Amino acid sequence: MIAELGLLALIIAFCTAVVLGIVPLYGSTQRHSICIAVARPAAWVQLVFVSIAYGCLTYAFLDNDFSVSYVAHNSNSKLPLLYKISGVWGAHEGSLLLWVLILSGWTGAVTIFSRTVPEEMIAKVLGILGLVSTGFLSFILFTSNPFARQFPPVTEGRDLNPLLQDPGLAIHPPMLYLGYVGFSVVFAFAIAALITGRLDMAWARWSRPWTTTAWSFLTVGIALGSWWAYYELGWGGWWFWDPVENASFMPWLMGTALIHSLAATEKRGVFKAWTVLLAVFAFSLSLLGTFLVRSGVLTSVHAFASDPERGLFILIFLIIVVGGSLTLYAWRAPGIRSVPGFNPVSREGALLINNVLLVTTTATVLLGTLYPLFIDALGLGKISVGPPYFNTIFIPLTVPLVIAMGFGALCRWKKDTFARLRADLSILLLASLVAGGIWPLAMNHYSFAAASAGTLGCWAVFTAVRGLWIRATPGRRWRGLVQTPRSYWGMTLAHSGIGIFVIGVAFTTIYSMEKDLSMAPGDRISVGRYEYQFDGVQNLPGPNYVAQTGTVIVSRDGRTMARLSPQRRRYLVQQMPMTEAGIQAGFWGDFYVSLGERLDDSGRWAVRVHYKAFIRWIWLGALLMAAGGLLAASDRRYRTVVRLPTREPAPQTAPDLTG
Amino acid sequence: MTPLRRQRFILVGLLVLGVSIALGLALLALRENINLFFSPTQVKAGEAPQQASFRLGGMVVEGSVQRPDADLSVEFVLTDTVEQVTVTYKGFLPDLFREGQGIVAQGMLNSNGIFEAKQVLAKHDENYMPPEVADALKKAKEMGLK
Repeated sequence: MIAELGLLALIIAFCTAVVLGIVPLYGSTQRHSICIAVARPAAWVQLVFVSIAYGCLTYAFLDNDFSVSYVAHNSNSKLPLLYKISGVWGAHEGSLLLWVLILSGWTGAVTIFSRTVPEEMIAKVLGILGLVSTGFLSFILFTSNPFARQFPPVTEGRDLNPLLQDPGLAIHPPMLYLGYVGFSVVFAFAIAALITGRLDMAWARWSRPWTTTAWSFLTVGIALGSWWAYYELGWGGWWFWDPVENASFMPWLMGTALIHSLAATEKRGVFKAWTVLLAVFAFSLSLLGTFLVRSGVLTSVHAFASDPERGLFILIFLIIVVGGSLTLYAWRAPGIRSVPGFNPVSREGALLINNVLLVTTTATVLLGTLYPLFIDALGLGKISVGPPYFNTIFIPLTVPLVIAMGFGALCRWKKDTFARLRADLSILLLASLVAGGIWPLAMNHYSFAAASAGTLGCWAVFTAVRGLWIRATPGRRWRGLVQTPRSYWGMTLAHSGIGIFVIGVAFTTIYSMEKDLSMAPGDRISVGRYEYQFDGVQNLPGPNYVAQTGTVIVSRDGRTMARLSPQRRRYLVQQMPMTEAGIQAGFWGDFYVSLGERLDDSGRWAVRVHYKAFIRWIWLGALLMAAGGLLAASDRRYRTVVRLPTREPAPQTAPDLTG
Repeated sequence: MTPLRRQRFILVGLLVLGVSIALGLALLALRENINLFFSPTQVKAGEAPQQASFRLGGMVVEGSVQRPDADLSVEFVLTDTVEQVTVTYKGFLPDLFREGQGIVAQGMLNSNGIFEAKQVLAKHDENYMPPEVADALKKAKEMGLK
């Protein structure tokens, strides 16, 4: 009964989405006020009914209703509560429902937080979101109904994929989706602006907080995924350049470019056409990511059972979205007028470098990700592109990006000179060189690569903090800092996060130690300054698995540093083995041990012993970026009604765009 | 030049420069880092390279997994149901590595025709078959029918 209720709610939501996708768009072009007024209530009705559908599916999970095929395949009566809740998005059908729920949520949020935006514009934005929603709801209803019953019903479910029974992975998809789907809002704003021809600074100002918020969630989502891949054995470590990882990383790169391009458009009225294009691309890459993950066309360590037919549906949807948007763009773009003129040495100039580098990076990642697909389609054989390709192109492109970032944040808008910046920059450069050069001395061996990365990371942090310090002029430092807008604080945090991330990546790569060996109980092995002692393995039962738990004591000079309990679990229903690493996290490095398999009857085990230097800095950097993004998005000026300053043309009377 | 022209000129110049550098790097990197995939049948037919690294995929033959010493070295046989190739590997096997499971190994052939794997990948879903392996099995089956 509950499942049928959920399906009914989903059908009502679909009908509402169709109405939302047609009526307000029609109304806003015909200036029909009643049709425009439909937009906000329709968005709410859609959100309510999608929530009901989602609630019904959750109820079916909690109620162990194994007559529902999706629940029977992804749950079990012994599954812990947390994983019954997260199991809702544990497989294809439910994760799409989560996607639509989040899309409806974003749509609802647009109705609340856009009081400052004219009704006609909002009607268009909501209408476009309605169209996107229509696409996804029809996808669910026609190809992937989560409420389908199965006959005869079973008494026990097949359990959630053991791999997903982990707190990190439970919240990873919602975060990622909040980011992916969030780009639909800026996409809708961009398309709405293209339709009206009002690509002005106000448009950029409306779009900015949405983009930055979505980007922050995406950052957290990717960081969670990377964290999880780190402690899960056999997943290739914290980053593997796997197609599915790239699928989430490409929208992130494009979104980063978009955030910066929007800043230039909002503040200076430049790069308008470019910004619109980036908005379209960021959303298209999100859709492409969904397609890659859901269709299984690419070989990936992360690939799950997938269905080519569903992939085809998303591909067609993707073609409609990209094709439609680009056609609209081609028609409207010649009329877009950017405010001309800026000096190459200026913040606009630096943002331009940022955009060129980020877009190029995205393109090369895209090339490496899709290349096997092209080769296969041409019948030239099955290939895969390995991590060395991505490292080779990624590092030369991102190093200049970080250098330019430090420079750009200190530049003035429109026109600046090297002469003015020279004093500041040379002191900062010197400080970074000294700090970066000295740092590796504290490590167990000196590495010039580490010194370079340390310099680069320090440069990012120092320039970011210096920018803030300049605002706090002597004599009124405290007031200067208090009056600094949140968006500036956000930028400082995010840019510092980049620096910390760079140091984390480099130092982890250079200074981590790893040994794979076979150990009998009582065996000791030294890794750097630390000694790891293996104390054997015991059997421990879990709620829906049995675990073999090893004990490893880490000590330094006889002093115990950590007691690790790596596990090898066997989940009872799916008979699937899972390895849970034993980790003690530390600011300067993690002790990490994982258990392989039993090698003989005398208690010998395959043991992987790690010391992961600076690994936490990678996620700390990512969290700083996300926090910076959220802080910037909460800046007061996005919430105040847009006063139309005299230097900006009043949008209603003087559209920027003729065409 | 007017400021607008100059700005456009710089923009286009930077774009062209960035794209050409990136394209050069990308093509260079692609040439060196492509991993070709071969099935046991192709390996036995001598199609696989002798000196270069490639990917070998197939099912792990039941009862073929052996650990000659009590260390991490392991030996097993991969099959596409027609031909078989022996694989040696030293290190950690993925969680889902087991007999009867489809896996992909990355490595090189040695002079005895044994595949020395540097990396072994298995998928984290027991219903899942790596697409290349599925394809190789299908091809081998078709050949068997002829």
